[in-house]
Amino acid sequence: MADGLLRWALVVWYAVLGDDLMSTRMEAAKPKPKSKSKPRRINDSLSAIKDADFGYAQARHLLLRAGFGGSDEQIRTLARWGVERAVDYLVDFEEISGQADEADSFDKNIIRPITREERKRFTKARETGDEDTVALFRNERQRRQREDRRQMREIQRAWLTKMVETPRPLEEKMTLFWHGHFATSYRNVEDSYHMYEQNRMLRKHSMGNFRDLLLGIVRDPAMLKFLNNNQNRKNSPNENLGRELLELFSLGEGHYSENDIKESARALTGYTFVDNKFSFNKRQHDGGSKRVLGQTGNFDGNDLVDVILTQQACAMFIVLKLYRFFVRDVPMDLSAMDIGTRRVIVKLTNLFRATGYEIRPVIRKMLLSRHFYDPANIGTKIKSPSELLIGSVRSLKVPVRDMGIVSDAMELMGQSLFLPPSVKGWDGGRSWINTSTMFVRQNTLIYLLTGVLPTRPLMFKEQSHFDALALVPSLNTATETHASDEQIVRELSMLTLGDAQESVIRTVLRGARVDEDEGALRKNEGAVRALVLLTSMPEYQLC
Amino acid sequence: MSHHLNPSDAKAYTRRDFLQGSAKYSALFASAAVTVPAFLQSSAFALPGPAMGLSSIAGVDEDRILVVIQLSGGNDGLNTLVPFGDDGYHRVRPGIGLSGDDVLRLDRNGGLGLHGSMGGFKELYDDGLCAIVQGVGYPNPNRSHFASMDIWHTADTNGTGDGWIGKYVDAQCDGVGKGKGKGGAGGSGAVVMPPPPIAIGRTAPLALHGREMMPVAIESADMYQWTGDKFGKELNEAYLRSIQENDERAKAALLDDNKSFLVRTAMDAQISSRKIRKAVETESLVRYPNSTLGNQLSMVASMIRAGMKTRVFYVSHGSFDTHANQGGAQGSHARLLGQLSEAVGAFYKDLKAQENDGKVLSMCFSEFGRRVGQNGSGGTDHGTAAPMFLFGPMVEPGLHSRYPSLTNLDAGDLKYTADFRQVYAEVLDEWLSASSRAVLGRGYSHLRVLRKS
Repeated sequence: MADGLLRWALVVWYAVLGDDLMSTRMEAAKPKPKSKSKPRRINDSLSAIKDADFGYAQARHLLLRAGFGGSDEQIRTLARWGVERAVDYLVDFEEISGQADEADSFDKNIIRPITREERKRFTKARETGDEDTVALFRNERQRRQREDRRQMREIQRAWLTKMVETPRPLEEKMTLFWHGHFATSYRNVEDSYHMYEQNRMLRKHSMGNFRDLLLGIVRDPAMLKFLNNNQNRKNSPNENLGRELLELFSLGEGHYSENDIKESARALTGYTFVDNKFSFNKRQHDGGSKRVLGQTGNFDGNDLVDVILTQQACAMFIVLKLYRFFVRDVPMDLSAMDIGTRRVIVKLTNLFRATGYEIRPVIRKMLLSRHFYDPANIGTKIKSPSELLIGSVRSLKVPVRDMGIVSDAMELMGQSLFLPPSVKGWDGGRSWINTSTMFVRQNTLIYLLTGVLPTRPLMFKEQSHFDALALVPSLNTATETHASDEQIVRELSMLTLGDAQESVIRTVLRGARVDEDEGALRKNEGAVRALVLLTSMPEYQLC
Repeated sequence: MSHHLNPSDAKAYTRRDFLQGSAKYSALFASAAVTVPAFLQSSAFALPGPAMGLSSIAGVDEDRILVVIQLSGGNDGLNTLVPFGDDGYHRVRPGIGLSGDDVLRLDRNGGLGLHGSMGGFKELYDDGLCAIVQGVGYPNPNRSHFASMDIWHTADTNGTGDGWIGKYVDAQCDGVGKGKGKGGAGGSGAVVMPPPPIAIGRTAPLALHGREMMPVAIESADMYQWTGDKFGKELNEAYLRSIQENDERAKAALLDDNKSFLVRTAMDAQISSRKIRKAVETESLVRYPNSTLGNQLSMVASMIRAGMKTRVFYVSHGSFDTHANQGGAQGSHARLLGQLSEAVGAFYKDLKAQENDGKVLSMCFSEFGRRVGQNGSGGTDHGTAAPMFLFGPMVEPGLHSRYPSLTNLDAGDLKYTADFRQVYAEVLDEWLSASSRAVLGRGYSHLRVLRKS
């Protein structure tokens, strides 16, 4: 009791005596240096953080995690609003009018099944050795495949553009999460329109009910093709979707048996697609009695989903994945994590179950919580390629210059949209980082800031004036527009790294000033050099 | 408090200092090594010299390297290892078949020869440095490029899961293997992180992808560097000094958080980038053919010569998808084989000159072979089994397994006589001292393509 009072007294003392209230709050938010004594236990409270504790650093953290980061004005605005209004604004994004749905901008007929008439002609040509016609068919197929690959690239860039421009960043973050969770790759689907439709379905339910997502995914043409469920038939079952549904999409390893997989596969027989739409092939469906996860019935795919949702393991599995994506990279195994985090996961799991698998309340609770703003969770997560690039464009307002190059960079960094490396999605965390991806991360930022690439000169169409000085608050207030070089670097450091350590400021002043002249950073070129240094710092890879 | 160099200090830091002053670090990170976990730091500093094995598995010959050469698109095995003595071959390949004069004969009476353009391979074969495994495939062959390539990459007939080399690296990270892996340097009980595999190209193929670390992809020495280098001396030095200071601080405090990991990687990147660029600039000991594969293997040889501790390199050549106008003794296929053969020949000459040939096993494969009969466009369509080639003084030279029958076919395709996972298993067990069972999920009998050591 006395201990608690003493701790409270110390907090008040620091708060009152800190030179700059803002910086003290930031100080409190910085992760403490690791000591050799017993590690501090993480704040495991899911109660909302107090507004008094929700300052610049916390608002910045919220924007980075619930979106792709924000500009200085956006961070200050959210800090001013207080945590509840800030979180509501991000989480209740339906209230913000979004962008038009581009459903009709993409061609659904590039890849289409061969017609009966065509099949007759092709078969005849092969039988009669009519090589010319056979070649014609092959060329036509290859032409369509090339055209479809081109459309896939277009759809990739459209999503990247959406992430850059959207006023609803959490919606795109959630869609990206589900894309990694229900990982489907164009490489095997080979139909860009199907991939696009899956993306729309994931977005539609991204913050809704998990049941709708499971139902959506077992009826999704891209997924059905990807996991060969179109070949899952009554007398020749294919277990691929059945297995991954349990192992990767809902329960996780260890919470089902091989028999559950077999029976799940039976429940999913006949689930296929025709003409870009889900189709239930009744003839191919095994309508018999099945025993799955302890329940018996003539289950079809929909029933299977409901059976899965009765399992305790389901809610926890999804909460763990959401936690790893939004908060911290913890093991997928409760017993392997610290007590505080374990408590948080359990509480969120109970909430998820209690609301009947509604996603929004869980996200809201997470983003409001003291746990979320614990120093151990701020600035300690490695940015995914999308968070790095989209985040930089949104918070630094750098010109994109060429979305093709940005898309290319995403691939080189290991996060090609619509092309996850496997059905397990993207692991994230340290697995994003090695020496070559580190270069790509740094160099792509340099490209956005300056247009310079490692091996080729800047192309005319990529030239764009980037106003780096516009990012410096001190130079852009209505009153005083004069600031020292040091002040400018301090503010750019706050924006990029979330703090302004003396060693960093010294490094940037040294590196950004040519010929040691004071005032170099008041020129745009100097400010750009400062940003080149700041974004090349390893800390810039953290959020 | 923080250490920092006072700019007016007489021993002020210069770029040269960075490279030399960090000599003790460059010995530690003399490769594109992955970060060393904090708990290993103290034991690492306690032991002197390269025996520290920071970048390799203790107890295992740390110099062994595997180079995987992928022939993309489906190489026509029948016109590579040619059964020119078999009438059945000539009957179904009237246009593109090779005669006895078009091949480099491998045996006096068997009627087998290498495609005439493969002088490089023939030389290696004659020198006892080439093992050819005939008829390599797998059950229920898949004739789709992506699907079959995935199968070879994952060593899983479902084509799902992580890459086989990725799984090998993961197993090393977990300390599973035949070496004293679990002991680590100094027997601290910690596991030594192996260096990541390196693919020469834009992105690393699925085969290299595991859970623990992302494989490094190096397109060229030019691309593998920080563009900040272009912004002048001051910016450069400021950056380098900053990461070096941060790295020292992290090491002193035994930190292993994400920030230290990033700093360490940034350091490794700078050091390995300089090392690779320097290595590539050094004139190679032999002349390489000016083909993409020649350039890739030249890069690999430079890196080996520079002493990089990377254990697995991956290069590719192609496209071998010769559906039309494949040609026979001359033509597009002949050209591809010629480039392959010249590049590998130069590679081993280079390694021999470096005295590193004994350390490097190369393995050459394709995702499927092609059909026995030619098609109507002077080419061949997707098939099944095909030969695999292994190179190096450690191979058991000559022909292995059986040439598939040209008459007893599987819907017009060759039936495989050796499972590719048998080759993988032997390479894992005997060359890389790993546990093939742990990596591949089960045991496969070895074909004895490697010499007993």
